Order: sequence, then structure tokens, then C-alpha cells
Amino acid sequence: MSLAEPTETKAPARLASSTPGVGRAKKFGTAATRAAIPAVSGSLYAARTKIHPQAVHGTFRRIKWALLALTLGTYYLVPFLRWDRGPGEPSQAVLIDLDRGRFYAFSIELWPQDVTYVMGLLILAALTLFLMNAVAGRVWCGYLCPQTVWTDLFLAVERLIEGDRRARLKLDAAPWSVEKVALRTMKHAIWLMIAWWTGGAWVLYFADAPTLVAQLATFQAPPVAYMAILTLTATTYLLAGHMREQVCTYMCPWPRIQAALTDEHALNILYRGERGEPRVSAKKTAALRAAGQPAGDCVDCFACVTACPAGIDIRAGLQMDCIQCGLCVDACDTVMGRLGRPGGLIGYDTEANCRSRAAGGPPVSRILRPRTVLYGLLVAGVGGGMLYGLATRSFAGLSVLHDRNPLFVTLSDGATRNGYTVRLINKWHAERRFALSVEGLAEARVEVVGGTPGALPVPPDATQEFRVLVFAPAGARPDPSVPLTFRIHDPATGETALAQDTFKAP
Amino acid sequence: MANIAQPGQKQPASPDTTGHEWDGIAEYNNPLPRWWLYGLYATIVWAFGYWIAYPAWPLVSGYTGGVLGYSQRATVLDEVEAVRRERDARGQAQLASATVAEIRADPALLRLALATGKAAFGDNCAACHGTSATGRAGYPNLQDDDWLWGGTAEEIERTVRYGARSGHGEARVGDMPAFGRDGVLSRAEVEAVASYVLALSGKPGVAGANPGKGAEVFAGNCAGCHGERGAGNPEMGAPNLADPIWLYGSSPEQVVATVTNGRKGVMPAWEDRLDPATIKSLAVYVHGLGGGK
Repeated sequence: MSLAEPTETKAPARLASSTPGVGRAKKFGTAATRAAIPAVSGSLYAARTKIHPQAVHGTFRRIKWALLALTLGTYYLVPFLRWDRGPGEPSQAVLIDLDRGRFYAFSIELWPQDVTYVMGLLILAALTLFLMNAVAGRVWCGYLCPQTVWTDLFLAVERLIEGDRRARLKLDAAPWSVEKVALRTMKHAIWLMIAWWTGGAWVLYFADAPTLVAQLATFQAPPVAYMAILTLTATTYLLAGHMREQVCTYMCPWPRIQAALTDEHALNILYRGERGEPRVSAKKTAALRAAGQPAGDCVDCFACVTACPAGIDIRAGLQMDCIQCGLCVDACDTVMGRLGRPGGLIGYDTEANCRSRAAGGPPVSRILRPRTVLYGLLVAGVGGGMLYGLATRSFAGLSVLHDRNPLFVTLSDGATRNGYTVRLINKWHAERRFALSVEGLAEARVEVVGGTPGALPVPPDATQEFRVLVFAPAGARPDPSVPLTFRIHDPATGETALAQDTFKAP
Repeated sequence: MANIAQPGQKQPASPDTTGHEWDGIAEYNNPLPRWWLYGLYATIVWAFGYWIAYPAWPLVSGYTGGVLGYSQRATVLDEVEAVRRERDARGQAQLASATVAEIRADPALLRLALATGKAAFGDNCAACHGTSATGRAGYPNLQDDDWLWGGTAEEIERTVRYGARSGHGEARVGDMPAFGRDGVLSRAEVEAVASYVLALSGKPGVAGANPGKGAEVFAGNCAGCHGERGAGNPEMGAPNLADPIWLYGSSPEQVVATVTNGRKGVMPAWEDRLDPATIKSLAVYVHGLGGGK
């Protein structure tokens, strides 16, 4: 599953070239060919090998702690932020009100028909993901993905209760005892509490948070809230506590997509094989080097492997299972520091740079490439477009629907009447009265069933439907189809909105 | 997972394969986790449980019902009933107790009545008056402003409630006699008066008829109900003959047929079939189509 195989590493060689007798000349499968293919030696299924990552300290660990605090803090606390929108309106800063069909985010209020902004956000998210990948690999996977963040938190709990890698391995192998039961119970209890709170925070985005917390505590909340919490508790506990790296390896499509989007100039966590190989124990290095024999900086201590939450060996090169969290960098730098050697044996690097260095060439760094420029421009364009749309969007609107049948009605005095269903939209948090008029038909007269065209009331933050009748007098004799513009005007704010339809006549 | 290296473990020179080979290309064996396989078995077991619990297998004339007795149809019926109860509680009682004038003056009640009326119209009235209330020969167009029995919301409500010539004690009653068939008017007089009334709205009459005679016949036989100028009388359901709207057609033959044989269109009384809230909603809806006075 390796994406690329730097020549110095011990990645498995390609089967077709390493197995003699398997080539195009014998593609029809002679007995000799079949004999050359190693028969399946292992089962097609294997028990998962549990990974016990070793604790590490260093720059990337600190970055990951900070991002963990930031992302989880945001997720758990944002529902409790307040935002005053006036009486009768929700006072929660971020709220998805499914009953009323509204999405609130601070000063922004979106209606269902504004779903294009959500689409824009998704496009923006995808483009940002592509841009991050083109610049610095799987930044999302390593630092920001909820699966990574929650797994990191659950690992920290595990380490706090059961100790570091060695202690956990010992505890796993030990027979059941009172101490083991106590430790395991405590770990799972804390995991379940975190998982429960994760689900609990989720539902707070869909209702007034303080009210819902009180309802949840007194068992007054709607059943769907409990169902959602239970479901998310179960998924969090399973995915972060038990599934962990398997989610990334088996379930997530992004590693596959990312492999198709990366290139040789993208920064990735790489092992600098030309400096590390051949691996020699620290004690022998000096003697070997003095004798003029090759001796790399890698002491084959496996600190990078034991630190890895995905359980891989980064020295085998860029691979799909690697989430590029940087913990192997911290582990290796710690060891190198202890040995008095410079750090950076594992670090962010590009394949192009590695190749150039191996050939004795100058450093290669190309952040500005067609793809990064394109992604950057697209992100700026979509983001700018959405901001412009948000800044200039209208707070009043109307939609007009001509009666499907009859298209027109001839009245007893010879006049012609058309009927329309008009829906007025008021996005203010106060009632507004709109003046409705039509343009495009001389002498047209407008009537509204149950209202006066000059002042049509629309309740705050709502739409109102009216049946509108447009009359052409007997002598007017309009064309069979006349374009008609419906205009609403709010005298209080001066805001107007237009909609097009037609007037039909015999 | 082919690249997982455990401490002390050497990478195999020739990695494990599944034993499948196509054109010299073999497939690595990257074993799936075993729980994945157990997950597949679990779904199979789940399917058996599903067969037992829910409707599953088609039989010759029916299907296995499942021990839970679940049915989508029953669920939908329950939901429809719940909506009906909620709607009743919200506004139907108010509609029943208010007059049509009060309903039309209250925007919220008006909207409820229009929606209720629209649905009730489709169920009860559309068969004769058409889904768009445009009527057809013999069945009045309710979209226009020409009303046999009066076009105010109150008059419409009364017509809906008691009907016309419906046999109900309060029904609208009016009679267009069969002037020709009963021998009251001669064929020539019928053609003359038909030509006269068609001329009121500028339409051509029967060829060769005597309009002067027609005016005389009209004054003597028709003006009592239709008025001296043919403007009609909603008290008797006598239509306005001077406007361009004709319930039974405006060709000379059709008008001659009307005068000869009379007309006795029937509108049923809906009092016994619909509740007061629905009848008022229908009146408000029909009035609100645009032709109401």
C-alpha cells in the first residue's frame, strides 16, 4: 500500500519484478508460472493487532494539544454562546432550528432557500482540503479530523489510567485481577462520559442550549434528543475508543482520494533515508565511520514506530495508513537529541527535495505551483462570492405564481381578470407592510383577496401568501400574453423587490 | 497494512498474496480485520430476525406479517388522523361559529377558510363546476362576476347550504318555463324573442326573425323575471341577459332551445352532507376566486 518507495527503504519490492517466471511471456499460466506464485499462506482475515502508542514530547505534540483544546473547546462550548436578536427570537449564537427552518450563526440568519450558502461552505471545505493537501499533505487527518482529535483524547485518558505503552502492554497480557478490572472500568467509564458529552453537545446545536440541558437533566427533553445522544455516545465510544486507526484505514475514503491528489512538491512527513541508512546501533557508528564504512544516523530504535498511532513504520516511505500527525518526528527528534545528533531525520519534506538531495542537488521548494495557485484562487473566489452574497442579500422578496387554470377570466362587462398566488417574504424581525404594484399593463387594476394592495402585512421573520387579482378594463384589449412585473415596496425602509410573470388575455 | 513493521521483524522478501493471478499480476493479501467478517455474519443473523419481526415474505395471496404487526399503512392512517384532530382543535371550531363576514375580516381565519374551502371544493364541487371552478354548459362558471343567485359571500353560502331546486325547504327556487313546448309562444315568437335578447349583448339572432316582435314578446313574457332591460333578478335566479356570459350557450339555436324547453338546473343542498365550517369555507373560497361581489 505504499504510495512511493524511496530506494533506500525496505518497502516490499513489486511482486511482478521480484518473482521470477511471472511475466508477459508466460501470461497464460503454465505450470511453471503457477508454481512461481506463492500460494496464499495466511488467512484472508486477521485479528487486529492492538496499537499501544508511546507518549512523546515535542513541537508537534504541543501543536496537537493546542488544536485539540481549540477544536473540542469550540465544539462543546459554542452552543452556550448567546446573541441578542430581540424579543421572540432565539438568543443562541449558533442554532439550527429545524422546526422553524432557520439557521442562525451570530448576525447571520439563513432560510431554507439560502441553502446555497451551505453548498458554498461544502465547496469551500473541499477546496480547502485540496489546498492543504497540495501544500502540506494530510494536515486535516493529522491535526483537525474529529476522528484524530477524539482518538487522541481517548488515548490520553487511557494513558492517564493505565500508564504508558509498556504498562498497557503488560496490563493487556496480565490475567484478570481486581486491579485490572478497576483500571479497565475506570477507563471505559471516563470514555463513556466523554462520548456522552459529545452527543450531548451535538443536540445543543438544535435547540436552546440552557433550556435543553435542564430538560435533559429532568428527563423532559424530546425523545429524539435522547436518541441522538445515545447514537453519538455509541459512535464516539466505538470509533475513538475501539476502532481508532481502523476508521482511517478501512472506512475513510480520503486516504484514497488524497493519494490521487498529491504530487512530488507537496510537503509530507518523510524519513530522510539518505541520512539514516544504513541503520547502525549508536555504539558502532563512530567505529564504522572511523573505518570509512557507511553508517547512517538511524539507530533502529523503533521510537518512531512505537509512537505511531496508526502503527506504521514511517521509514517504509509515504503510505496510505499514515495520517501525518508528526508524532514520529517528535519521537525521533527526542532520540537524536539524546545522542547529540541534529534533529529532522524524520520531518516535513517533499519527494522532489528528497530526490534532489540524494543526487547532491540544491534544495527544491515549490509552494507556488499551478495546483496551489488554482486551489487558492478558487478558495478566494468562492469565499469572496459567498461574502458578497451575504453582504448584499435582500431582506424582502416575493414569488408569483400565475393561476394554472383558468389563464384568464372574462367578466360580464368585457374586462379580463388574471389570478396570481403571491408569496411575500419578510426577513426582518418586525412586521412590515409592503405596497404591491404591477407594471407592464396600462390601466391595470390590482385587488388582493382579504387585503389592500397598498399595505400588505407580513409577520416578522415569515412569509405570507396572498391571492392577487389583476384586471384589464374592457377597452384595454391587451395582447394574449403581456409580461408583467410585480413590485413590492416597503415605504419604511425603501427596500423593493421584483418578480416577473405574464398577463394572459383572449 | 502491508507495511506494518513490528520490532525485530524483517519484511518478507516476497509478500503474501491471495493466490489470484491475471496476466502475471498477482494480488497482495492484505487481510481484512476479522471483526469485519463477523460484522457480515451479524447482518445475516439480523436479516433472519427482521424476517420474523417485520412483514417480509410474499405469499400467494398476502404476505408474512411479522410478529410486531407493523404496517406502513396503519402508521400513515394514524398520522392523518392526528393531523385532522390537530386541525380541528386549531381552527375548525372558530370557522363553525363565525359568520362569513367575520371570517373574511380576520386574516388568519380567512387563510384557514381559503385552504379548507379549496380542499373541500376539489372533493365536492369540482365534479360539476370543474377543478378550477370554471364550470361548463349548464354549470355556472364561479370565476367570473356573473351570479344567478347573488355573488356576495353570504348569498353564496346560502346557495351552497340549501342548493337550487334541490328539494330542500330553503332551496333557491326559480322557474324558466318551457314557452315553446307548452304552447305559450309560437315558433316564430320564440325565434323573435331569442333574437331580441341576443341583440341586447350585440350578438346576431335567428336569420329572418322579427326583432320588433321580439321586444313585444319579451315585455309580455320575460320582463317579469329578467327585468325590462334583461338585467336579470338574483331573487329568482333569473340570469342577466344583457351581458356576454351565457350559461347554456349563446348561439341562436341554443337560446331558441332554452326558450322552447325551459331550464331547470339543479344545485344540491349541502347542509346535510358538509359541516357548517366547510360550507362557510366553501363560500369564502368561491367568493375569493375573484368574482365575488
